Order: sequence, then C-alpha cells, then structure tokens
Amino acid sequence: MEFDLKKQTVRELNQALHDLPKDSTESVVVNGMSGDHNVCVGMDQPVDITLNGHAGYYCAGMNKSANITVLGNVGQGVAENMMSGKVHVKGNASQSAAATAHGGLLVVDGDAAARCGISMKGVNIVVKGSVGHMSAFMGQSGCMVVCGDAGEALGDSLYEAHLYVKGKVASLGADCIEKEMRPEHIEELQALLDEAGCEDKPEEFTRYGSARQLYTFKVDNASAY
Amino acid sequence: MTDKQPGLIESATFSRDVINEIQRAADTGIYDIRGFGAKRKVPHFDDLLFLGASMSRYPLEGYREKCGTDVTLGTRFAKNPIKLDTVVTIAGMSFGALSANAKEALGRGANLAGTSTTTGDGGMTPEERKTSKTLVYQYLPSRYGMNPDDLRKADAIEVVLGQGAKPGGGGMLLGQKISDRVAHMRNLPKGIDQRSACRHPDWTGPDDLAIKIQELREITDWNVPIYIKIGATRTYYDVKLAVKAGADVIVLDGMQGGTAATQDVFIEHVGIPTMAALPQAVRALQEMGMHRKVQLIVSGGIRSGADVAKCMALGADAVAIGTAALVALGCNHPKWDEEYQKIGSAAGYYDDYHEGKCPAGISTQDEELASRLDPEDAGRRLANYLHVLTLEAQTLARACGKSHLHNLEPEDLVALNVEAAAMAGVPLAGTDWIPGKQGYS
Repeated sequence: MEFDLKKQTVRELNQALHDLPKDSTESVVVNGMSGDHNVCVGMDQPVDITLNGHAGYYCAGMNKSANITVLGNVGQGVAENMMSGKVHVKGNASQSAAATAHGGLLVVDGDAAARCGISMKGVNIVVKGSVGHMSAFMGQSGCMVVCGDAGEALGDSLYEAHLYVKGKVASLGADCIEKEMRPEHIEELQALLDEAGCEDKPEEFTRYGSARQLYTFKVDNASAY
Repeated sequence: MTDKQPGLIESATFSRDVINEIQRAADTGIYDIRGFGAKRKVPHFDDLLFLGASMSRYPLEGYREKCGTDVTLGTRFAKNPIKLDTVVTIAGMSFGALSANAKEALGRGANLAGTSTTTGDGGMTPEERKTSKTLVYQYLPSRYGMNPDDLRKADAIEVVLGQGAKPGGGGMLLGQKISDRVAHMRNLPKGIDQRSACRHPDWTGPDDLAIKIQELREITDWNVPIYIKIGATRTYYDVKLAVKAGADVIVLDGMQGGTAATQDVFIEHVGIPTMAALPQAVRALQEMGMHRKVQLIVSGGIRSGADVAKCMALGADAVAIGTAALVALGCNHPKWDEEYQKIGSAAGYYDDYHEGKCPAGISTQDEELASRLDPEDAGRRLANYLHVLTLEAQTLARACGKSHLHNLEPEDLVALNVEAAAMAGVPLAGTDWIPGKQGYS
C-alpha cells in the first residue's frame, strides 16, 4: 500500500490503516510527509510502515504491534503510550519521546529532546545520540539506553525503570543514583543494543536506577519533594 | 474536651480546630492528607431561590405535563454523541481510590437511571466496563492503566486537566491502598505512596492540547465525544481555550468537588466555588457562540434536585455527582458509626479515604471491608437517589413553567445575599439589583 500525504489527508491514511485486518502484515509506504501530526496513531496490526519524511506530533502514538520506520525527524510525543511493536526514527526526536509507553521498542538514531521516556511504563528506548533534561522522569519500568549524553535531572523521581548512559550525565534527578552493572544488566543491555543495531559495548555504559528513598513519605526527605 | 464554661472564650483565629492542626503538624511533620471536598462554608446554590410561576408565568401541571430530563452530549464533532435519560451523571472516580465493588455499584446505579459513569486514575476495570452501559474513559496526566484498547471501548473520552478539589495538583494514592491488583494496573511497586503527575507528560498549553485531542479522535476514528475536565479557577479563560482546543464537552468541577486523597490545605484554599465558576463558563461559551453546541457538565457539591435545577438555570447542560454518589452507596452511613469511631472518626465526618479503612467498603482495597458492599444493592440505592434528583429538578422546572430542564434560565432565579447575586449574576431577592451590572458597580 502507498499513500501520499500531499494528496490524501491524515484522516484518510489512519482510517485505511485501522481498517486493515487484525492479522495484516501489509507493507505500507507513506510519501509526501511534511511534518504532519498524528500520523499512524492507534495502529493495532503487525504491519510494516515506512514514513518517507518528517512527522509532527504523536507519530505512531499508542502503537500496538506495528513496525514503523520514520526516514526523518519526529515532533513531540513520538510513540507516546506505545504498547508493543517497534518505532525506529532515523533522525532526531522532539520532547516526550515514548512518554508513558507500556511496551515495544523505540529507537532514535539521532538525539531525543527533553523528557524522553517520561513516565515510561515498560517500554524499551534506545537513543543513539543524546537525550535532553528530565529524561525518564517518574520512569516506572522498562529500559532507557543512551549512547550519547544525558541532560540535567536524569531519572528524577524514578521508580523501577533501568537507565543506561554511555556518555556524560549533566546531573541526576531526585532519588536517581548510579548503580552497579551486574551480569543480568550487561545481558539486558546487550540485547537492546543488538536489537537497535548499535555497535557499542555494554561495559562502556553506566547504570542508573532508583534509590527508593522517596517511595513513602518521610519528613527527613521533605526537601526532595 | 471540656464543655464551654461562661467566661472561657475560644479564639476565632486560634480555634480548637486550628490548635489541633498546629499540634498535629508538630507531632508528625507532614501536612494533613484527606479525602472528601472542601468543608469550609462557601457561597453555594443554597443561596439561590427559584421564582415559581404565578400570574406572569404559567406553571406546568405536576405528574401530567411532560418535563424533559434527557441530554445529548458531544454533538460538536463526534459521530456517536452520548444520549442520557437524565442530566445527572456520575463523576470520575478511580478503581484504587474505590473498591471494585464500589465501581461496579456506580455502573449499575448509572445504568438503572439511564446515565453515564466515568473511570478514574488507574484505568478501566473489566467489571466497570461490563456493568456500565455508558462509560466515560478519563485520560489523565499519570496515564496509569491507559491503553488504546480501553480507549476504543469507551463511549466518551475525558481529558482531565484538573479537578475542583485540587486544581493544579495531581492525585495521590497512599501505600495502604496499593494492593497487588492496583499495583499491577498502575505498573508500580506494591505499597508505595503513589503521587500522580499534575501535568500531562506530552503536551503543554492549548495549542498542544488541540493536537492531542486530534490524536485521540484519530485513534477512535472520530466516533466518540472528547470532554475536557477543568478545576474551577480562571474558568472564563480556561473554557475559551478548551473550546478552541476542540472539546466537544467541558466538565467544570468547582472547589466543593471531592477527592480520594489530597492535602487539606489544597482542598480548602485552591479553586473557586461551583456557583461562581458556572456563570463564567456560560459567558465564555456564549461569547464564542458555542453555548449548547459545546455542552457543559458542572460538578462540585451537587446534592439535591434543587442544585441540579439551579445549575440548569445558570446554563449547564448536565451535572456530575461524586461525593453524593458515594454517600448514596453508603459512605458515612450511621450504621457504621461504631466502626468509624474505632478509626478516630464518626459517621458524617469520615474523610480519611486515603487510609483504605472505609467501614462501608467503598474507599478501600481491603477485601473483607470491600465485601461489605453488595454492588447490586448499592447500585439500586444510587439509582433511587438519581431518580430523586431528577424528580426534584423536574418539580422545580414545572413550577417555573418549563417543559424541559434545559428551559430553565437565569431569570428564574434570585439570590438571598449579595455574594450569591454577584457570583451567579442574578438579582438580589426582592430587588432588580445584580452587583456589577446595571450601573451599580
């Protein structure tokens, strides 16, 4: 299937995709992209989609099952609340990439801006470049791998998400600490690097996680709230 | 406590309640967290009266002449607007804050009365979807339990920006209520104090929200209405921005609206009364030519058919009840007084919903306590109450000569005091004076 967003609307594209059978493995190519918002949102089939150009906000939002590749940059909230499947951005991603996502894999070949992985709930994220400030804020579960640097307040108010950063971390957020890289973490990280097509070695990364000091209110921690 | 003796004068500034709170704060080092809504007295619908018909207006015959109570919500963009038999709906309350039995009872009661119920922070449970004919799915900043399958099962989507009890604040669910099931639904460790985000993670401001609403419409193929819920603060501006962002329906929650757990200081000191906010919302809609096109649901302290009718007269399309619905299920019922006393409260005062010890089995995740609430019986009680609200509102509308609740108008109302007259924009009873209007400002 081919679509051209110069001639068709996003509504027509999304409706056609939603109308595909549940078990469809169709290959879909979308041309004529010019930063359109809400492209390929709410996918619920194991289809293979290539977006030929830049996408706007919420590209692949709430994705389930689909394998979506963006040959360009994406705006705010790419793959937000993704449940499963894979979204691969060949360019850069704006803020709140994979926000609140419950599953699946987001790969960003370039950089991701602020709040990458905010409130992540099980998604795996691999950013080959760097991530902006407040990334993995309130991250609940899943893994975030950053092959470049991380901005300020990484992992602020973190729950149980695993964070792996190869480069520098500008600062850690409240309750986020450096943690020991044990064999199971090396294994977990290696699998994610392999899946994302990264050559980096797990041993070059540092793991960060929750100190679990803010899980229940203690008056001694009042300054951290 | 010593009975008051002549000559013992309690300070108005440092009352015994204030002294108690200072000492509680000194003992514990943490702010007071509680449920329920604002307990302070604020100008409310009790300060308004209806002008029944007599010579200049004809009343309708009670029981014989029809007075419609139905409402259709979401007519602006949605292919499938919500059609309800009564203007009284059930507000969003979460599984987590409430037991599964309580959520089921809300669904059953709403079904019997032909109205809708609403999910809350924590997602949609299969029980509530199964037992609720019309279910509104809340889309909250935390996105706990949020998934596209449930989104597609919803009859409407309510994007929650805030709530009247805590505009500008996120939810709280303290460790006592994070049971295995709640922890699993929210993807959190069991037993932690869960503090929900107060801002949505992937949009800021009305321009972003417009795109977010389009995303929700795209995912649901433009089938269901999108509501925007706001806590009452800068209502006039917020309503205008919500309309601009593409809302089908606006849900306006005043400061008397309830919560499952929030700081007392937040509940009592942030937001404005429902009666003050409602006319601002209506004015904003009217100025945009969108009154009755974007429907307005009002909540926060709705208790009786009089409150319902007064909201209608001031321009609301529907109301929502939360605290009153829980009371109808059995919250604060005198039959549990002894048990309330054991946990340091009393029937009629209980507001420690966050502790999860609710003797009535409503605001708890304790299986033994929750089993005290029979969803069918409690659902019937709620349906009875919803019918009474509707019948009372009809009674007042007929008395004003109105053949539908929506035909009530501000001209049917007067105010008992200057504050209510100014807030509601109706004349002080016995005068034609509306403070701030007609050159008297």
